[in-house]
Amino acid sequence: MNPRTAKRLRRHGLNGTAVVVFLFAVFPVYWMVATAFKPNDEIFTTRFIPFPLAPTFDHVSRVLTKGVAGHSIWQYLLNSAIVALGTVLIGSLFALLAATAVARFRFRFRTSFLILLLIVQMVPAEALLIPLFLMVRRLGMYDQLLGLIVINVGFTLPFAIWMLRTFVAAVPKELEEAAAIDGATRFVTFWKVLFPLVAPGLVATSIFSFITAWNEFVFALTLISDQGRYTMPVALQFFTGQRSTDWGGIMAASTLMTIPVIAFFMLVQRRMVSGLVAGAVKG
Amino acid sequence: MAQTSTIARGGGSSSAPARRRSHRPPRRSGAFPPRAIPYLLLLPGLLVIAALLLYPLYQMVDMSFHRVGLRQIRPNPQPAEFLGMGNYTQVFASDLFWISLRNTVVFAAVTVALTLLAGTLVGLLLHRLGKKMSTFLIVGIMAAWATPPTATAIIWKWLFDADAGVVNWALNLLPDGLATALLGRADWSGEPWLNSATTIYLVLIVAVVWASFPFIAVSVLAGLKSIPSELFEAARVDGASPFTIFRRVTFPLLKPVFSVLLVLSLIWDFKVFTQLYVLAGGTTNREAFNLSLWAYTEAFSAPPKMGFGAAIAVVLTVIMLLITAVYVRQIVRTEDVR
Repeated sequence: MNPRTAKRLRRHGLNGTAVVVFLFAVFPVYWMVATAFKPNDEIFTTRFIPFPLAPTFDHVSRVLTKGVAGHSIWQYLLNSAIVALGTVLIGSLFALLAATAVARFRFRFRTSFLILLLIVQMVPAEALLIPLFLMVRRLGMYDQLLGLIVINVGFTLPFAIWMLRTFVAAVPKELEEAAAIDGATRFVTFWKVLFPLVAPGLVATSIFSFITAWNEFVFALTLISDQGRYTMPVALQFFTGQRSTDWGGIMAASTLMTIPVIAFFMLVQRRMVSGLVAGAVKG
Repeated sequence: MAQTSTIARGGGSSSAPARRRSHRPPRRSGAFPPRAIPYLLLLPGLLVIAALLLYPLYQMVDMSFHRVGLRQIRPNPQPAEFLGMGNYTQVFASDLFWISLRNTVVFAAVTVALTLLAGTLVGLLLHRLGKKMSTFLIVGIMAAWATPPTATAIIWKWLFDADAGVVNWALNLLPDGLATALLGRADWSGEPWLNSATTIYLVLIVAVVWASFPFIAVSVLAGLKSIPSELFEAARVDGASPFTIFRRVTFPLLKPVFSVLLVLSLIWDFKVFTQLYVLAGGTTNREAFNLSLWAYTEAFSAPPKMGFGAAIAVVLTVIMLLITAVYVRQIVRTEDVR
């Protein structure tokens, strides 16, 4: 076998492997969407039906109008969006301030603060659930979306600071020094020089927080009992009845919940990856 | 922020602000003494972390020494009775503790190993692929990564459904002889995967590995790209096999990356809750408990035993901190936290 054939064979082998991995990754998501658009007789069968033979919007329109647990899926999507956006707005502001402090200033306790950030990320959220449940009740935030927002800010903040500080550190200090020499105040320097340059990193961090809050399950399950205030992940649990599961409905609702997240991922794909890796790996 | 900034968004360093304001003295300090500024910037974040992470951590430990039940969580609470180590002796004496501990540890060990292995292999694959193919594969694995945990669990529950699941259909496709030799039986119709704890964990492992290998793959790829390609070429010219190149060149250089990925995976898999809750169908299957699900069940199903639940949570936290302590030290050493 001459080297060129060998090389081409190797390339085919690699590409073939890539296709297999691709299918493994994509098939379950595809299957969710396909099931959402299949009529019931194509869902409840032992045959393998690779795609909807008679595509139907029945499940999608049913979950949007009749919904589950007494409310339309719109309501739960809206609740999830409120929680996620609230988390991002408060969280990004706090994270930006703290990241600027850590990346731009040398001060006592700076190292301690960074180590604290690392350690609090090791503490399982599920373990803090019990005291936080009591705290939220005592503060009258039980059954309130605000309670979920506050808790999500708490759990996304350490990682957001950790990730954002690398973006702040990447902005050359000379720019701010030049602005200061030109007589800009600290606030103007921050707002007009640093902020626009950190904005891409801030977007990446925000999307990370958004997705975390959008997906959050255990606190939403525990801190909300009013069905009208359920978030999507909790609402999904109510498609499963005592005897049977409404697979068409649950797949339609899961698709609706997953689409925004996948869209966000694709949108900031490259930055998300570099941000995550830079924040988590390179420092 | 009405007027446009003089700096192009994301612009290069050449576009430094040029507006001169000669009427102002240079280096004007703000309203605060400069030394206080970093602390002021840190304050909101620090308050949030203290109130939502540190104080509850303290409370969790405190509660674990008390009997906290219905009477203590009602609007007019009665003081909690101090139990000393009572909750802990009860935890360690319980059969459920050993079941949940075993489930937690075995699941984390298997899942972390499989995730790192699959993720690293796919990362190496991405590095070798052409540009188009690698983008194609990244987009594909991104779909698995982006799927929310609740949806992940629901999808895999559906794939492993007893009657209409694709997995049972695919297993039935295998030639009978082969299926019997490999898996011990030929007919998989109606096989219920989500009744017994062992098979619940099997499905859970598949689901969690599926959802988490993309992050590892993409991180490994980012690490690989940071290694100068001359190193690989030199090794190849010297006649090193791909495996030797990985063991002698890639792995040593990416060791910090791998140790961070290992810790992150351990943290995620040790406390897995959402996917298990969905796959096990809530809190009824006690054989399938892990430590998080057991703590949750004790604290939130009637009658609530919050102190007991807190004791389980403390045990889980301590185990996690012990496992990750070594690696936290390593991150602290390699990262520029100084």
